Amino acid sequence: MIPELIVLSVIVFIISKQLPGDPFTGSISPKTSPNQLHHLMKINGLYDPWYQQYSNWVVHLFHGDLGTSYEYQEPVSSLIASRAVNTFWLALLTMIMTYAIGLPLGLYAGRHEGKLQDTLVRIYSYMTMSIPFFVVLVLGCWIFGYDLNLFPTAGSVSPTASGFFPVLFSRLYHMILPATLGALFATSGITQYLRSGVVDAKNSNYVKTAKAKGVSMKNIYKHHILRNALLPIAAFAGYSITGLLGGSLFTEQIFSYPGMGLLFLNAVNFRDYTVMTALVLLYGFLSLLGTLLSDIALSVIDPRIRVK
Amino acid sequence: MNEVELDKLEKQAKESSAPSSLKLMINEFKADKIALISVILVVGFILFTIFGSFFINQNNLMSTNIMGYFAKPFTPGYILGGDAAGRSIAGQLIIGSRNSILIAIGLTLISSTFGVCYGLVSGYFGGITDLSMQRVYDFMMIIPAFMIIIEIVNIIPSYNAITLTLILSLFYWMGTSRLIRAQTLSESNKDYVLASKASGTSTLKIIFREIMPNLSSLIVVDTTLSFAENIGVETGLSYLGFGLPNGTPSLGTLIANANDADNITVYWWTWLFATIEVIILCLAISYIGAALRRTTNSTQHRSEK
Repeated sequence: MIPELIVLSVIVFIISKQLPGDPFTGSISPKTSPNQLHHLMKINGLYDPWYQQYSNWVVHLFHGDLGTSYEYQEPVSSLIASRAVNTFWLALLTMIMTYAIGLPLGLYAGRHEGKLQDTLVRIYSYMTMSIPFFVVLVLGCWIFGYDLNLFPTAGSVSPTASGFFPVLFSRLYHMILPATLGALFATSGITQYLRSGVVDAKNSNYVKTAKAKGVSMKNIYKHHILRNALLPIAAFAGYSITGLLGGSLFTEQIFSYPGMGLLFLNAVNFRDYTVMTALVLLYGFLSLLGTLLSDIALSVIDPRIRVK
Repeated sequence: MNEVELDKLEKQAKESSAPSSLKLMINEFKADKIALISVILVVGFILFTIFGSFFINQNNLMSTNIMGYFAKPFTPGYILGGDAAGRSIAGQLIIGSRNSILIAIGLTLISSTFGVCYGLVSGYFGGITDLSMQRVYDFMMIIPAFMIIIEIVNIIPSYNAITLTLILSLFYWMGTSRLIRAQTLSESNKDYVLASKASGTSTLKIIFREIMPNLSSLIVVDTTLSFAENIGVETGLSYLGFGLPNGTPSLGTLIANANDADNITVYWWTWLFATIEVIILCLAISYIGAALRRTTNSTQHRSEK
């Protein structure tokens, strides 16, 4: 995990140093003399060799100092923190809805294996898997946001909301459409996995024994099949973090939702490279953390996967 | 044994052997009408955009024409309407589809070739080679690919469709390599590979002439499915504004018209056609992939019997 982070940080740092323009391009006026500019570059360490700049950056990183955003003129860490909350809640809601939609569908398809219901669920999975999800977000934003005017199409909270509960509801109200659309198009993995888990469990000996003993079908599903099929899926949650983060670029762009994805896109347009670097590193770190959590959870659940 | 008997034996052997996978595919597509329609649709559409774009002058198309300001669909000269600069949506759709599809094809070819080689080498050699190659794979899986692509596109001072394809293919080979590696691992322990090794066949020949042909149907299916995915990748990148350079239409830039609140509500024709086209194209290609997968599964069943 640590070597991966180091390699990622070096790559990200080198890339961000190659970006055209320097951070002061936006803040100089015609009166600024070149000497002044050179002086600014010098005290900010922009003339040092790249490895020196990198080591400086890493030292600052460990002190929690990610630099100052040249665009917003505030510390990057606090800037990201204020946006990360929005992304976090949206991702959490999307994930909850994905499981809320995907699990019943998978169970339903597995229970009616080979019948019409199974085929319908398969068609649904196939469609959601093949269509690029940002296209659906655009369509959904148009239909439900603009045309039917059911949901807000921009922002994370209504400016008129005040007080704890109105703000909470306003936040939820802003998140519900992007989260639902995102969830509808992220279920196929869970559904297919749970379906095959249920089908496998149905044919296993312990279910046959339970049946022979006269346990009712409802109890067999509740206590024998579902438990065994569900555990690995619960552990996969960590892996889905990568997808959720990657999707946040699109979701936040389409719904003008002020999270980290939109912050990154704006930072690219303004060449705000302290923000860009920090965000890419953070996204990489979070994906790594998600993978690690899933690995640990899986090995706890299933001793066969445990690393030797 | 005379020649007549030999011919007879040969005929019998042919009849009893499993049908070739090509023949199975043709049969599958004959039986499944939706798959056949998908193939005709996709191939016809690709040919239409490629030949259609020969008759359209991109400079004329992309120049501003105030008379066509948000022309409604079906007005003369604007079959599918015009955008804010009076450019014909239909023309942009044809050129944009050609650009998007060609980039997706290029990306699929390059990334699949690389992924297949990576998976074959990693799976065949095993041991320390496999371990280190899988570390690289793990690393590529955690990096935020889309963000890094956006940064790289910003660094390069001037780029075109080819450079964009190359940049993208750096980041989209992992799925294929994983699949091929897993299959190679099981394949390289089979008797025919062991026998070939024992008789001194060169490693390269074993990998590419003996193992790879046995994975060919898997590769075909995977390539088809990643083609649909790659159309999404290119349009997505162009949608965010970091795809092809400005002034070059792409399906993504057309969909990006929807970012404007006026466009999305009033001037729906500026973006809706491209959106629907992407959906239909991706569905059709994935359906072809699914039909191909069915044939490969049935080949496996037959050869196992």
